[in-house]
Amino acid sequence: MASISDPPAESFRLSMLLNDTRYRSYTFQFIALLLLIAAIAYLGSNLVRNLAELGQDISYQFLGEPAQYDINQRPIAYDSQDTHLRAAFVGILNTLIVAFLACVTATILGVFAGVLRLSNNWLVAKLMAVYVEAFRNVPVLIWILIIFFIMVAALPAPRAFRGEDAEAAMLFGAFAFTNRGVYIPAPVWGDGSGIVVATFLLSIAGVIAYRRYATKLLYDTGRLLPTFWPSLAILFLPAIMMFFLMGRPIGLEYPELRGFNFQGGLQIRGSLIALWFALAIYTGAFIAENVRAGIQAISRGQTEAAASLGLRPNRIMSLVILPQALRVIIPPLISQYLNITKNSSLAIAVGYMDITGTLGGITLNQTGRAIEAILLLMLFYLIISLSISAVMNVYNNAVKLKER
Amino acid sequence: MTDSRASIAFVRTEPIPPAPPPMAAGGPIHWMRENLFSSVFNGVLTLAALAAIYWILQASLPWLFNGVWRAESLAECREILQGATGACFAVLTERWNQLLFGFSYPSSEYWRPSLAFLLLFVALAPVLFRTLPRQMLFFTGLYPFIAFWLIWGGSVWVPVMALLGVVIGYMVYARLVADSFAMGAFGGVAAAAVFWWLSGFAVGPLSAILPLALEQIASRQLGGFMLNLILGTVCVSLSLPIGIVLALGRQSSMPIIKIICVVFIEFVRGVPLITLLFVANVVLAYFLPPGTTFDLILRVIIMITMFASAYIAEVVRGGLAALPRGQYEAGDSLGLDYAQSMRLIILPQALKISIPGIVNVAVGLFKDTTLVSIISMFDLVGMIRGPILASTDWNGVYWELLSFAALLFFVVCYGISQYSQWLEEQLQTDRR
Repeated sequence: MASISDPPAESFRLSMLLNDTRYRSYTFQFIALLLLIAAIAYLGSNLVRNLAELGQDISYQFLGEPAQYDINQRPIAYDSQDTHLRAAFVGILNTLIVAFLACVTATILGVFAGVLRLSNNWLVAKLMAVYVEAFRNVPVLIWILIIFFIMVAALPAPRAFRGEDAEAAMLFGAFAFTNRGVYIPAPVWGDGSGIVVATFLLSIAGVIAYRRYATKLLYDTGRLLPTFWPSLAILFLPAIMMFFLMGRPIGLEYPELRGFNFQGGLQIRGSLIALWFALAIYTGAFIAENVRAGIQAISRGQTEAAASLGLRPNRIMSLVILPQALRVIIPPLISQYLNITKNSSLAIAVGYMDITGTLGGITLNQTGRAIEAILLLMLFYLIISLSISAVMNVYNNAVKLKER
Repeated sequence: MTDSRASIAFVRTEPIPPAPPPMAAGGPIHWMRENLFSSVFNGVLTLAALAAIYWILQASLPWLFNGVWRAESLAECREILQGATGACFAVLTERWNQLLFGFSYPSSEYWRPSLAFLLLFVALAPVLFRTLPRQMLFFTGLYPFIAFWLIWGGSVWVPVMALLGVVIGYMVYARLVADSFAMGAFGGVAAAAVFWWLSGFAVGPLSAILPLALEQIASRQLGGFMLNLILGTVCVSLSLPIGIVLALGRQSSMPIIKIICVVFIEFVRGVPLITLLFVANVVLAYFLPPGTTFDLILRVIIMITMFASAYIAEVVRGGLAALPRGQYEAGDSLGLDYAQSMRLIILPQALKISIPGIVNVAVGLFKDTTLVSIISMFDLVGMIRGPILASTDWNGVYWELLSFAALLFFVVCYGISQYSQWLEEQLQTDRR
């Protein structure tokens, strides 16, 4: 009788390793692993042989040795007798400073340009389109160089500010734009300034609390409290009152021309400004496109539905459109921040001492420790990238549309 | 009945032509009201925009139109201008060849890269425009070898042998692929490798018999915008297949392959290109057998290709993820194996979705080729920052040179992005 019987037990043949889908993936993985190990072994043995031939080794001792070079833009105390490690740390701080400044500026620029590009004003929309296309299609390195040359070649030297009929004058007597950098007033923290700052921080907490309360009141009773003017008052009034009560402890130190250069105030070097502005304007163009795409992704029906519920235009924007648009805008925005951080390594082209300029530039050249320095450099950027992507994943999960 | 018309004094037999709309509802005034001054805020914006445009034009137009095109040096330029505002475009005409070809490419050979550049369009045309005859793709296949020979020169037998190796590899692949894709791929690569190894012995005698050769140009003699174009085209075309393979590897169900691809992609995307160029410049030599040196330009090409392929992989992965699962299942239910279903069903659709992303990566990559100037290669930006601005004749001509560089990059990048928009329209099959 014909009956359903077990299929004949197949004997294992060698060709099944390549042709049978059950085993084929193991073959491929095995070959891949083998190739990977072989490649690593080959490169590693070459490295060992090369190092032995050159009489070198891999060691991070150099980080503890004096750096013996100066850094012109230093957020923390540093002199040429400090170690390479501290120089690298100064570099990291410089990277973070320029990245932070550029991120903030690029966001502001990008949001403005993106919103204006959707404006129904034909001229403004076209102007913004020109801005976006012009900056997106030219390498950022060229923008950095252009702005850098404006800073060092087109601005007057400090000595142009000297004399009775000086060729250049300070803006409001407080800002001096020179080819050695821009001088701005520096804050001077006197006695009691801590209290003023603390008051200001408390006011920020107060604003948040007030807004929470207003929202709660709205949900509970339906009563709408005004938020804008009260928030502004809570934010600034206590701090200003405390400022005068404490006898104006926070002052400004203005830059002054002494001899051949400006003294006092904060000096922002041309290289920092070039890098900051170029990154901000360049990335701003990309952010503008993201913002535009995000707003356009919200269908018109949403606006119309909100309007038919009787919401006012600014409430439609803040309660209906923005929360949905942000879901689309924020992930690419964060990856733009990442791009800014990575592009800030172009600082080396204009001599701004970021981590690439210190650790990957002078330290590498002085000590000849190419492998170690570049490994550390990559590690730094990797840590930043991975932590930003981790933040992004958390955010994406938080705002994800909760589906079944 | 028929006379009823006669009893009416007047009946118009033709319709009255439509009256033109009132001035306020049509024509330029209406357009301006609607688009420029629809509200007070909009009016203010318009005026601000006009002011900005005026300010930009009044600063740049005299500079542009008073430009001096014939002079030997910046000093001479200033003499001609007599203190008036004006650009010194003479630097562009005087250093034209340096800007395009670098400073050490022999001037008698300029026709070679120029010809290669022109042929590039012929080779790209059938890829970019699907309406052109398919036979032209034959030339596209030949182009890499022709371009290599034209730009680097040397014996004609080197590219010929390389081409033959590819042909033989393909023939082996075509024979074995009916059996299984894996066999075909491995066999083809192995056959090509063996042929190349053998041909190493044949090139010498062949060149002696038929010495057909162009003057050899070393890689370090390449420079200028030519270098940017070479790096851009080579790296984009290499990174596209590698990126697709990486994306497929990342989607793979084989854990080891997946891990390798993920680590590679995330590592490369996490570091700036400049650190990878540093690796190419100073570190890579440590990982090669002692005594081997190979071209800086080749090392840079490897690194930029790695960089770009990781980004392309992410774009393609997005395209793969966007396809509904049903497409994969459809491929399986037709009885196609992995390679067939990928080639015939999944990738054509996934790549179509990823075109904008791929073009963005390509444009970004082309812009990033300027970074090689930092590791002291003399591409367009390197030429400007190095030999030209450092020369005594042209020290201080920043604007003209950098605007020229910006303009060249803008033309290429804007052209590519316009093409991609056009292509998206062409490929849109779900027209409503």
